Amino acid sequence: MSYVIIGNSVAAVGAVEGIRNLDKVNPIVIISDEPYHTYSRPLISYYLAGKVTQNNMYYRGKDFYNTNNVEPILGVKAQHIDFDKKEVILEDGRKISYTKLLIATGSKPLTPPIEGVEKQNIFNFIKLDDAKAIEKVATRCSKAVVIGASFSGLKAVEALVQRGVNVTVIDIMDRIMPRVFDETASSMALKMLEKHGVKVLLKASVEKILGHQAASSVLLKDGREIPCDFIVLAAGVRCNTDLVKGTKLKINRGIIVDTMMRTNIPDVYAAGDVAEGYNFIEERNAETPIISNAYKQGETAGQNMAGAQKVFDKGFIMNSMPLLDLSIVSAGVSSPGEGITVKAIYNQGKNTYKKFYIRGNNLVGYLLINDIDKAGIYTDLIRRKIDISSFEHQLGRDDFGFIYLPKALRSQLILEC
Amino acid sequence: MDKSNITAPKRIYAKEDVCIGCRLCEIHCIAAHSKYRHDLIKTFKKLSKRPLPRIVVEEDVPLSFGLQCRHCDDPECVKACITGAMQKDPKTGLVINDTERCIGCWTCILACPYGVIRRDYTNKKVASKCDFCLESGLEPACVKNCPNEALYIKNTIKYYDL
Repeated sequence: MSYVIIGNSVAAVGAVEGIRNLDKVNPIVIISDEPYHTYSRPLISYYLAGKVTQNNMYYRGKDFYNTNNVEPILGVKAQHIDFDKKEVILEDGRKISYTKLLIATGSKPLTPPIEGVEKQNIFNFIKLDDAKAIEKVATRCSKAVVIGASFSGLKAVEALVQRGVNVTVIDIMDRIMPRVFDETASSMALKMLEKHGVKVLLKASVEKILGHQAASSVLLKDGREIPCDFIVLAAGVRCNTDLVKGTKLKINRGIIVDTMMRTNIPDVYAAGDVAEGYNFIEERNAETPIISNAYKQGETAGQNMAGAQKVFDKGFIMNSMPLLDLSIVSAGVSSPGEGITVKAIYNQGKNTYKKFYIRGNNLVGYLLINDIDKAGIYTDLIRRKIDISSFEHQLGRDDFGFIYLPKALRSQLILEC
Repeated sequence: MDKSNITAPKRIYAKEDVCIGCRLCEIHCIAAHSKYRHDLIKTFKKLSKRPLPRIVVEEDVPLSFGLQCRHCDDPECVKACITGAMQKDPKTGLVINDTERCIGCWTCILACPYGVIRRDYTNKKVASKCDFCLESGLEPACVKNCPNEALYIKNTIKYYDL
């Protein structure tokens, strides 16, 4: 019996911990093209901002592989999987055979089809090496253009601002974080970013990137030219399925898995950003590229690889994003749709915003800005599909809590039972 | 297997029928986690920056109760944590945040089903939560000092396979 995991991030760690819950003996091999001890990718913005050192980016302690009897093969790319022979072939020619295989290769950046995008000083913002490369050019008073006012784009903006870089962020949409924000939320963020000296250009599309070898400016379709010393691309990510494309493994946008994280090939599992598992809110398979989902999918896969029959069918998107002066959290549904009622409360004086998405008798999504302390209770209302009809009118209270739930429900949730 | 030396995870529960909303639990929690450990007068007279209370008191008069971390068997906050700072200690069963590694991203706040993790901006931005008064011999100050015995500890018997 041998376990092989391709990938070395959150889903892989979840799988190791899941396997070791049940099987303390059989060897685990972790293969990753990155040369680093398992680290947390979202921390790259904190690394770039100088708020964490590389040593504090490690997702588990230095003894993690040792304690869990894991053989890490790091800095070597998995080239190919022979599903019939049950072997992973590495770029250096080594063949690693497996009894149970987990594919946890994560996501990769989407490169927008812009002329000049191959020039020097243009960076993605996904991996530690991206942050290390940006660190070299992001000197105080240098000029940066960030393409994409997305979650990761804005985290790059934040880090660059904290490094004293002059930042312009460009997005083709008419608002910031268009997938999660409406106009009210976007204007709150806009105001805050401008206070920090960030230039935000919305409804702006990039014609091309100018410069000889290195990028020196961004030319917009409307003729404006934004000079820059470097560019960060944050146009989104997609499932990193390169390794298994064109094989008999079933792929849609990501690798299709059932609620036990099994793919269509026996003994092959997938988890994390590369997987397309069951999304509890959308009630279908969908990518759910967030850490908690990656961990739980990985853990479930690991337990099942070790012989358990665990199911994980509660995946949904949730994100927390401190952005300079704002605290932003969101979960579940984030745009209006059929059968969904939206309730929004904007408090200008307190600079807070709360927005709830309700479907039938259930909360199915929310967005909170600044007043976020009770967010987890809302998340749990979503997760447990609790009937909120008797206290729906209380949801937006500043002091919302279990106290506004009917006694029977409160007892069930927080009292001893 | 001898399980006598394994600490069972313990939980604090509230009796909402007897809680009078005096918030002394908060006061004692603050003092228990201040540098003048448990000294109320020094904590409140000498410190300009005091720790946040790690118990949340919910109140809608006349109803009130205190709520703190349940040190869940299957903690959502630990799985959601993006740094690995939030961990469940396999020996004590307690969910503890390593404030050295916490970067204040508030993902645990988003994940906690009880809404009992707070944003602490006092020094470095970190998530603040109940540690079951680990450094005071696992005798939670909130429980010990509640004048109406509205908080109590219950051992939930679940042994870990250590």
